[in-house]
Amino acid sequence: MKIRRSLLLPTMLAFGFAFLYVPILSMIVYSFNASRLVTVWDAAHSPTLKWYDELFGNAQIMDAALLSLKIAAMNATGAVILGTLAGFALARFGRFRGRALLAALSTAPLVLPEIITGLSLLLLFVAVAVDRGFWTVAIAHTTLAMCFVTVIVQARLIDFDMSLEEAAMDLGASPLRTFLAVTLPLILPAIAAGWMLAFALSLDDLVIASFTTGPGATTLPIRIYSEVRLGVKPEINAVCSIMVGVVGIAVIAASLLAKLSGTRGAPARV
Amino acid sequence: MMARLRSFRQLLRPRSFARTAVSAVPLAWLLLFFLIPFLIVLKISFSEALLAMPPYAPLLSWTHERVLSIQLHLANYHFLFSDALYLDSFLYSLKVAAVSTILCLLIGYPMALSIARAAPARRNLLLMLVILPFWTSFLLRVYAWIGLLKDDGLINNLLMSLHLIGQPIPMVASRVAVYVGIVYSYLPFMILPLYSNLEKHDRSLLEAAADLGAPPSRAFWRVTWPLSLPGVVAGALLVFIPAVGEYVIPSLLGPSSQLMIGRVLSDEFFENRDWPVASAVAIVILIILLGPIIVFQRYRSRELEAAP
Repeated sequence: MKIRRSLLLPTMLAFGFAFLYVPILSMIVYSFNASRLVTVWDAAHSPTLKWYDELFGNAQIMDAALLSLKIAAMNATGAVILGTLAGFALARFGRFRGRALLAALSTAPLVLPEIITGLSLLLLFVAVAVDRGFWTVAIAHTTLAMCFVTVIVQARLIDFDMSLEEAAMDLGASPLRTFLAVTLPLILPAIAAGWMLAFALSLDDLVIASFTTGPGATTLPIRIYSEVRLGVKPEINAVCSIMVGVVGIAVIAASLLAKLSGTRGAPARV
Repeated sequence: MMARLRSFRQLLRPRSFARTAVSAVPLAWLLLFFLIPFLIVLKISFSEALLAMPPYAPLLSWTHERVLSIQLHLANYHFLFSDALYLDSFLYSLKVAAVSTILCLLIGYPMALSIARAAPARRNLLLMLVILPFWTSFLLRVYAWIGLLKDDGLINNLLMSLHLIGQPIPMVASRVAVYVGIVYSYLPFMILPLYSNLEKHDRSLLEAAADLGAPPSRAFWRVTWPLSLPGVVAGALLVFIPAVGEYVIPSLLGPSSQLMIGRVLSDEFFENRDWPVASAVAIVILIILLGPIIVFQRYRSRELEAAP
């Protein structure tokens, strides 16, 4: 009984991981397949890099990727500033006017289906008659991503008591100096994690972007979606492999950095 | 101690300008880009559709006697509940979300438990393996399933080469594929809150149960399971709430004959250009999800306050 039980859980864990990783791995493997029929392995000519070659030659996808990277960077930076302010206020200010409203508004977008957020922002942009494109998508993503940053920063600040900040102020530091010299270094891992999460969210978002974008501003997910609706495309497999590669390297680099600096890299506590 | 408190209060002085700005800037952003847009949706859901741009009638208008009149147009809501298509889509979405949540729990619970009971050194690695797919594109991970489930896809090819089936089983554009896609995409959302709950359990409770003669299965149902219920609730809501409004997965993997409500909303808006009905659909989705969302918020604020 004891032996069987001890094998049961790891077996289920292994199956779970297989479920999570087989689709991703299959896409990576088939991105090196020479055949245009995605699921037929052309052993004679594979592995090949021709889909990567075609991908980099595909101006539509490359333009969309560039636009998405710009939006993601803009969004992540804005989200980190707004989210850090909100997280700091919620964790350190005790009771203040508007606290309940800020707490509610900064968590509501996290749980609301994206399609409602997208629709409501589009209707706002129509109501104020702005041209939709780069900026409207960036604003929409910032609104969602700042809420994730708020949660992460708030959780990190709650983990530290205020005595360090109080000590700095006892020694005569101004509130601003205290924030810059004491609080900011403490929450820097949370801010870095928040920036990366905001960047990834924006790069990945299809629903909100397709509601808030306008003519001429096709983001990468919108482009991929319109290609994929018509069937499986080998170039898209190549996009996936590159993305997994970049993410893998980033995650490994982040954990190595955390180990080297001896601090616990704050895993996103979402 | 007194000095400390005084200086601390200084920072938190209620009327300090800097302090007000710190909380006011994000609050203003959220009011402008979250609350007001939402109120616009609410407003338009009570408007009458027009063939104009924007395609809806204003709620407020000055009648010729210079009286401000408000026309609340309830027809959009009435329409939703009288047309079987909408009701059917709502019920189908709720069913898909509920079944997916249960499947996620069945797959995710053993995984979370297994990670929580692994050696501490291996826990972080295993946890990272759960989170890693979450950082790659959601859209591409859903797309990967098309390659697996297609008629000439990997699964059908494999089953046919093993002579288990004579001809491919049609799996793309089926209801089963929608479940596969949702469970696959949302599984990490179930595992993470479960793990963070299970990890905190005191192992000595299980040892005590064993000492008192309880077999492991009984110890699980009497000790581990009841203690893990907050994690189960959090994980279930994190899967259920977004699954109800899911748009991408059913559009890529699901049948076109049975639409989920998120797709209905988007079709009303983009295809039929009926903004009032699309807005009314959004409001009804929100009303349905209000209960689960409030439960989740309560749970989350309790977690945040319980943290040391």
